[in-house]
Amino acid sequence: MCILIFAETWNGKLKKSSFEAVSYGRNLADKLNLKTKTVIFSDSDDNFKLLGNYGSSEIIKYNSINLDNIENDKLANIICETAKNKQAKHIIISNTNRGKSICSKIAFDSEKSLITNAVSLPINYNPLTIKCKAFSSKAFSFYESKTENSVITLLPNSIGYRPKETSYSIIEGNLNIANSSTDLRIIREEKNTNEVSLTDAERVVSAGRGLKSPENWNMIEELAQLINGGTACSKPVSDMGWRPHAEHVGQTGIAINPDLYIAIGISGAIQHLAGVSGSKKIVVINTDPDAPFFKSADYGIVGDAFEVVPKMIEEIKKIQDS
Amino acid sequence: MEIVVCISVVPDTTSKINFTENNTKLDENGITYIINPFDEFCLTKAIFIKEKIGANITVLNVGGVKNDPVLRKALAIGADKAIRIESTNLDGISVAKHISQYIKENNFDLIFCGKESIDYNGGKVPGFIAAILNIPLANGCVGMNIEGEKIITENEIDNGVQVCESTKPIVIAGQKGLVEEKELKIPSMRGIMMARSKPLEIIKPEESIKNNIELKKFELPQEKSECKMIDSENVSELITLLRNEAKVL
Repeated sequence: MCILIFAETWNGKLKKSSFEAVSYGRNLADKLNLKTKTVIFSDSDDNFKLLGNYGSSEIIKYNSINLDNIENDKLANIICETAKNKQAKHIIISNTNRGKSICSKIAFDSEKSLITNAVSLPINYNPLTIKCKAFSSKAFSFYESKTENSVITLLPNSIGYRPKETSYSIIEGNLNIANSSTDLRIIREEKNTNEVSLTDAERVVSAGRGLKSPENWNMIEELAQLINGGTACSKPVSDMGWRPHAEHVGQTGIAINPDLYIAIGISGAIQHLAGVSGSKKIVVINTDPDAPFFKSADYGIVGDAFEVVPKMIEEIKKIQDS
Repeated sequence: MEIVVCISVVPDTTSKINFTENNTKLDENGITYIINPFDEFCLTKAIFIKEKIGANITVLNVGGVKNDPVLRKALAIGADKAIRIESTNLDGISVAKHISQYIKENNFDLIFCGKESIDYNGGKVPGFIAAILNIPLANGCVGMNIEGEKIITENEIDNGVQVCESTKPIVIAGQKGLVEEKELKIPSMRGIMMARSKPLEIIKPEESIKNNIELKKFELPQEKSECKMIDSENVSELITLLRNEAKVL
């Protein structure tokens, strides 16, 4: 038996959420006295070293398959068959878009229970009990597994990870199982140019209608770049076409939970909060002292974005230069 | 075209969430129930398809009698028929098994579900339906077209979109983009009148389906401490606090 982890890559590099998954798997494995086995679609020594660094004892590489070109059903089959061959007890997957698309199939086909959106290590290991996100971060739910074995998906950027140097072996995945057919095939991919994936970003700078026009986003992008963060926006801004839909955070956009969320010129409607209230620290900058967002913020400045944001950029540059 | 739209009934986004019975049940006091917003995009998309090429639209819900007003609303918006499968067992796998059973007995070309419900945020049901029926899944779908026998979907991936081609039947787990928010259909007076004569059928399953996970309790997040206000003339203080106190810079 083992804990099987799926380590996702993006443009050939391990995603930060994969470190979280490996670290989580390692914790589970230590508690249950099992080994960790990590599935990766890569042949990069740098990636293998990183997996070892966070606690993988065996790395199963499918290096002839490009993760960008493989259909989700095929990917689910590969992980599922690998889990069967390796007698995986639990399977750990990140709750990324890809993870969300494969977790149900893996759980159903391998007859495991499925716990999604985990935000903590298990509070109990037998039966397995895990705290999860619920009600768009307005609450948490605790799920207990009724089966021996489970698939667990982790909400990115919520549990953290720490190094646990582990000596690892690398084996080639058995490719016969990769030849399953699918009725859905990928025609093409359209990737955003953003350097930082919004769901992975530890810091996010977001702006709303208070910015008055799309040309004014230069300073938002500059601030985000300075702190190695992603850029986001409110719903009206994406509805007006000022920013791409992919940047809209909120109830009907994407949900994020970065360490730092800086909201500039966003009033903080409840629909917006539903997408960001999982953030660890929230900074709100708004000209209106009665903006509801201040009630959910950790730090606030009542002021004009066009004065405050350039000062923030200046202050951060000062620190970075010194 | 035979279309089924699976509908989850959820507390309105603006509802205050509280729990009762030792934090094991949602406190329903003062809660307004609505169609899950992600399902609403799917229902409007189904109606667009019907308007363009013709279709029968069934809305399907697994749950109790409190969901009927929401199903009536879906009929008023433009669905032809509503089915409610009576169940108090609302975990992802059991809901998906109930839905799959109904789909097996009634052939559908397109199976729409929202990508997740805004209450439990599980996001499991569409994937389970596809796995149970062994048919394709377009997850996080932000665009969809019918080209002859082929279904073209645009599906959200981290940092982009994947365009896929598929056979029918297919499970489409939709979200905003499938249709725009401003395009969402609302019931007209005529629609409300017509909905009264449309069928709302209740199915009582003979066998109950076992869950493989159990919801033990809920917890509310810790109350946020008071927001620290910083003078706009003193931006350096904010940066210092973010570095030294919050340790996020």
